[in-house]
Amino acid sequence: MSQKVLDILKSTFGSAILETKSEHGDETAVVATSEWRKIAKFLRDDSRTDMQMMVDLCGVDFPHREPRFEVVMHLSSLNLGHRLRLKTRVGDSDGDGAEVDSVVPIWPGANWFERETFDLMGISFLGHPDLRRILMYPEFVGHPLRKDYPADKTQPLIALREGFEKLPPFDRHEGMSFGRQVFRSGKAD
Amino acid sequence: MEPLDQELEEGELELPSEPMSLNMGPSHPAMHGTIRIVMELSGETIMKTDVQIGYLHRGFEKMCERGSWTQVFPYVDRCNYASAMLNNVGYALAVEKLLDVKTTERCQYYRVVLGELARIADHLTCNGAMAMELGAFTPLLWFIKGREMIYDVLEEETGARLTHSFGRVGGMAKPPSPNFKEMVRGVIPRILGILAEAESLLLSNRIFMDRLQGVGKITAAQAIALGWTGPCLRSTGVPYDVRKAHPYLVYDRFTFDVPVGQDGDNWDRFMVRLEEIRQSGRIIEQALDQMPDDGPINIDDPRIVLPPKDEVYNTIEGTIQHFKIVMEGIKVPAGEAYGYTEGGNGELGFYLVSDGSGTPYRVRIRPPCFAITQALGGLITGLMIPDVVPTFGSLNMIGGECDH
Repeated sequence: MSQKVLDILKSTFGSAILETKSEHGDETAVVATSEWRKIAKFLRDDSRTDMQMMVDLCGVDFPHREPRFEVVMHLSSLNLGHRLRLKTRVGDSDGDGAEVDSVVPIWPGANWFERETFDLMGISFLGHPDLRRILMYPEFVGHPLRKDYPADKTQPLIALREGFEKLPPFDRHEGMSFGRQVFRSGKAD
Repeated sequence: MEPLDQELEEGELELPSEPMSLNMGPSHPAMHGTIRIVMELSGETIMKTDVQIGYLHRGFEKMCERGSWTQVFPYVDRCNYASAMLNNVGYALAVEKLLDVKTTERCQYYRVVLGELARIADHLTCNGAMAMELGAFTPLLWFIKGREMIYDVLEEETGARLTHSFGRVGGMAKPPSPNFKEMVRGVIPRILGILAEAESLLLSNRIFMDRLQGVGKITAAQAIALGWTGPCLRSTGVPYDVRKAHPYLVYDRFTFDVPVGQDGDNWDRFMVRLEEIRQSGRIIEQALDQMPDDGPINIDDPRIVLPPKDEVYNTIEGTIQHFKIVMEGIKVPAGEAYGYTEGGNGELGFYLVSDGSGTPYRVRIRPPCFAITQALGGLITGLMIPDVVPTFGSLNMIGGECDH
């Protein structure tokens, strides 16, 4: 059904579509990383594809391949009823240089999905408005869904946070001035 | 407005004001689910929000990469624990898509009935909890009474009340018990009766209506762009239901309606869930009528399904077959598939990558309420603190699912 979408993609972008396949009823297109956002925008705006919804975005780690990571996005069109899996490959074998354009400007719903992929897989999304960890805590070292992260690895306990800008929100100098007099007077300055 | 005392100088009256940050959660009595909302307030109006999740993160996707395909079932149970059966069925269907097998007809009806029972339980819990957080405690008890009836049925079938681990690749763990149909037929009218009673406590209650109607509004276009699915998307008027749009199992054989709302506010989300309970009741009745009384529940494929116990103990083939599935796992051919079903909160997707061994290479869950919860910050900005509670409640964020 969505073979048509693959044909449209191939005729529009030509060499930027590296690979297409369909298996188990799912159509997949692997695209060049540099064209990622452009193709995403085309898929949303073109009336023949009309992918209004970004259903899912995640990363898959293949440590023995080069490029190492696959960024996998599932798109859906509610009006036309077809779906597409869009992929791109990024990063070298050390996991460095895993960068791809963010699609948040196209689908605002990609925001948390990209943050999650960044958090767990270590893929950076260029142009993301607020790229920070979402499921793990800020002090966490490493990216747990990478294949070279041991599943039984433990992380050290973190000390009480001090000097953070955002966390905790009630720093001793924040909040209402009248309610925090005790802390204020206790401060050396 | 004109100042009352024209003589007084304005400058003297001005009090210095500064925004106040308020921290709601991660453990807050008026919110179910561990989530932290950092708000910046001006007076009682929320000016800025930062929604922080992850307090229930247990490394679901990492754990799945350690065992066999079958050993994932207990984990998916614990993703959306309010409707564990729907997760079981969704995951089983995704693996079956990757294996290119189709379960028997009896099993498909069985999955539909169990899944719809779980959906009723999910919606009852969500609506009941939401009413309770707004101070209406009695409806919660009514809803929970109905939910317990469903859990009794599920316990009778599966042996567990909440987390059943009942799905299997290629079938179910056990065939339906002999009086399954009578049990379900008996319980559905009683639940609908309870629902009608509890509804009458809420739906004409001025306080309840005022706190829901027009609060937490979202338009259809915004909801689609944010990736909303399920009851929350339908409340904005988009009739998208995976059961209708992309029928799986035997959903194309039933007549049921997809209830939609108009305004996409808390009230609509509440009402859509109430109506979906009735529609699930309709589906269950039709499914029970059509469901064959006998026939196999598991597919006949020794590479996928465990042999019956008497064969394991009495024949060498059965022993080997059992050993190979338990020790090596089901060999799923290399490839990838995205299986999606209608979960309690919307489209529940599993993106599976297999490398041909007995262990999943990658199990990616697409939790519906992850996409929904990311809109919470936008929904409550500009509202008052008391509006946070019903808005959060109507989104039905399930910690286990949202945080994987």
